[in-house]
Amino acid sequence: MAQVSSSLLFGRLFFGLRGAGIPVGVTEWMTLMEALASGAVEPSLDALYAVGRAVLVKHEAHFDTWDQVFAASFGDAVMPVALKEELLDWLANPIERPGLSPEELAALETLSLDELRQRFLERLDEQTERHDGGNKWIGTGGTSPFGHGGNNPAGVRVGGAGGGRQAIQVAGERRYRDYRSDRILDTRATALALRKLRRLGRVEGEPELDIEETIDQTCKQAGELTLEFRPPRENQARVLLLMDVGGSMTPYTRLVETLFSAASGLNHWKKLEAFYFHNCPYSKVWRSMSSGESEPLAEILKSRTPETFLLLVGDASMAPSELLSPSGAIDWFERSETPGLVWLHRLRTHFARSAWVNPMEPAHWRGYTVELIAKLFPMFPLTVDGLGQCVEHLVKKTPPPPVADLDPRLFRGGW
Amino acid sequence: MADATSPTPDPTSPRSPTSPTSPTSPTRTTRLRWTGSADYIAADDLQRIVNAAIALGRPLLLRGEPGTGKTLLATSIATGLGLPLLTWHVKSTTKAKEGLYVYDTVQRLYDSRFQDKDVGDIRQYIHLGPLGKAFAADHPTVVLIDEVDKADVEFPNDLLHELDAMSFTIPETGDVVTAKVRPIVIISSNNEKELPDAFLRRVVFHYIDFPDEALMSQIVAVHFPGLDEALARRAMTEFYRLRAVDGLRKRPSTSELIDWIAVLLAHGVPPESLGEGELPFLGTLIKRERDLPIVKDARKGTQRWRK
Repeated sequence: MAQVSSSLLFGRLFFGLRGAGIPVGVTEWMTLMEALASGAVEPSLDALYAVGRAVLVKHEAHFDTWDQVFAASFGDAVMPVALKEELLDWLANPIERPGLSPEELAALETLSLDELRQRFLERLDEQTERHDGGNKWIGTGGTSPFGHGGNNPAGVRVGGAGGGRQAIQVAGERRYRDYRSDRILDTRATALALRKLRRLGRVEGEPELDIEETIDQTCKQAGELTLEFRPPRENQARVLLLMDVGGSMTPYTRLVETLFSAASGLNHWKKLEAFYFHNCPYSKVWRSMSSGESEPLAEILKSRTPETFLLLVGDASMAPSELLSPSGAIDWFERSETPGLVWLHRLRTHFARSAWVNPMEPAHWRGYTVELIAKLFPMFPLTVDGLGQCVEHLVKKTPPPPVADLDPRLFRGGW
Repeated sequence: MADATSPTPDPTSPRSPTSPTSPTSPTRTTRLRWTGSADYIAADDLQRIVNAAIALGRPLLLRGEPGTGKTLLATSIATGLGLPLLTWHVKSTTKAKEGLYVYDTVQRLYDSRFQDKDVGDIRQYIHLGPLGKAFAADHPTVVLIDEVDKADVEFPNDLLHELDAMSFTIPETGDVVTAKVRPIVIISSNNEKELPDAFLRRVVFHYIDFPDEALMSQIVAVHFPGLDEALARRAMTEFYRLRAVDGLRKRPSTSELIDWIAVLLAHGVPPESLGEGELPFLGTLIKRERDLPIVKDARKGTQRWRK
């Protein structure tokens, strides 16, 4: 192989990998060059395939992409591009658009699911660039049946949060389900992250050796060993878990299940209480969805100590009316005159140590309601790392939340 | 373990070291080439990857489902090369420093009380850990850091510098331990936790695939020489069908298959009874209670479909 063409080929491999979304850095690349230069790799394509993969790709989830890029670099396959990601990224950034009148909505074409799928694929083929507004192309904030954040009675939503305006006042079957389960081993990593959530206090009980004090006293006694004991420390933390269920949270059921079973299996806190809500907590939250047992939120605010750690779990994505209008709840039977945001504000003010855990990827936290809620509660992704940061935030002493008045302009009508 | 296949490094090998090793860095064990060992069948790709990692002097990270033989591979690399294996079993409480050295303060305090030793000499209370021993050794060694993901999330990062520089300082004595020969470091992970990027950038990675039926028959044959062929075939078919069932929390792996065959043999289960109705000793294969109904449903489904 001539020098020039080989360096071109290698460049194709490197930039092909990066273009396909595999995080290959210069360090790994130089390592591969070193391996080739060292002579430990026999000069064959098979060896380059095996060693190249071992040095450049660090997760088995990327192996398939490696195969494609390798085939494209050294064969005649087509170089893969992280197209889907790009599409999702752009659709996840919806543009808010004023609501359409019912007449306008009725005028939009209503299509069956199969027709929609067919047209979606056709249009994806035709379309070559980003598109916002308008009524044909796949994009955000438009009236085309495809895309995100748009208005169409029969629309295909691409990525982003569920439940557009058409979902308001769902009075049908409630697909709530309890997240309790007994998955203990799968939840290890989550439990490990949550373990750090603690508030230790001295309690009565079997005394334990106080090493610091023992060293101090032994030194004072000129080396004569003096053992010092103290009462044991115990975790005094109380945790209140409020979880969004059903609707747009359905894809995350398994994730939230993991979190919940990790929390309930931990047996590590003084008290753990879990309640459910749909999209936003209003006048009451549910203890168990299957039995319909509920508790007024006002009662929780009154009886739980402000020292309690409050953890809200939800995608924070809903129609703005659900957050801002009186009686805005998505459920027909929930008739709370107080808007959801006010309830959230009350929770935040009462519980000084609170955080919101969002199962969506942070890149998609861009809806209007997500931003409003993220202003109120520090928001963390529902990943092991995210939970770790969340716990770190909860444990360290944070100044009490700003008791800023809710901007009345938020609650103007018309949502 | 038999060492018959262990290759002695061939000095006339055409691929002797040409790597531009800087004068300060410890000698790399480039000349060592691993080709498997008597009890381990290594595919060509695996041999290439292991040898590249040895040549580069980078740690080799092994990942794969539990029961795919990650620890066994490390043992085989050591036997195959004829090098001593130092194993460091990582637990949830393990600190990175413990792999390098442990300062036994309690023993020193004890000795100071009863004055039967010179407690002024701190060195006698410094015990080197597996990695520390490998650094201090005059000859190449293989170090296995087993189940690195069990420890704290920060654990791999804490080891980065030591694995890069192959040297560490003991502050208590001021001693600097520097590797004379770069040890071959193998790190295994069950993927219970994501490993930090900075750590991943420095390692050579190999994912141990779940063995396919052909390789699995070889593995079974190693464990049960002279096994009845009908039973082996039936058991394997049922095993792979079970693994293909959707939604299992814990799919059975090689070690479960080996256990299962052992139980079948011990109870003299005839091969014909496998594959009809419920599998005997299903509990050996399926370890989660929640998985049992899923398996039963799936098997009912396939049987109805067969008719």
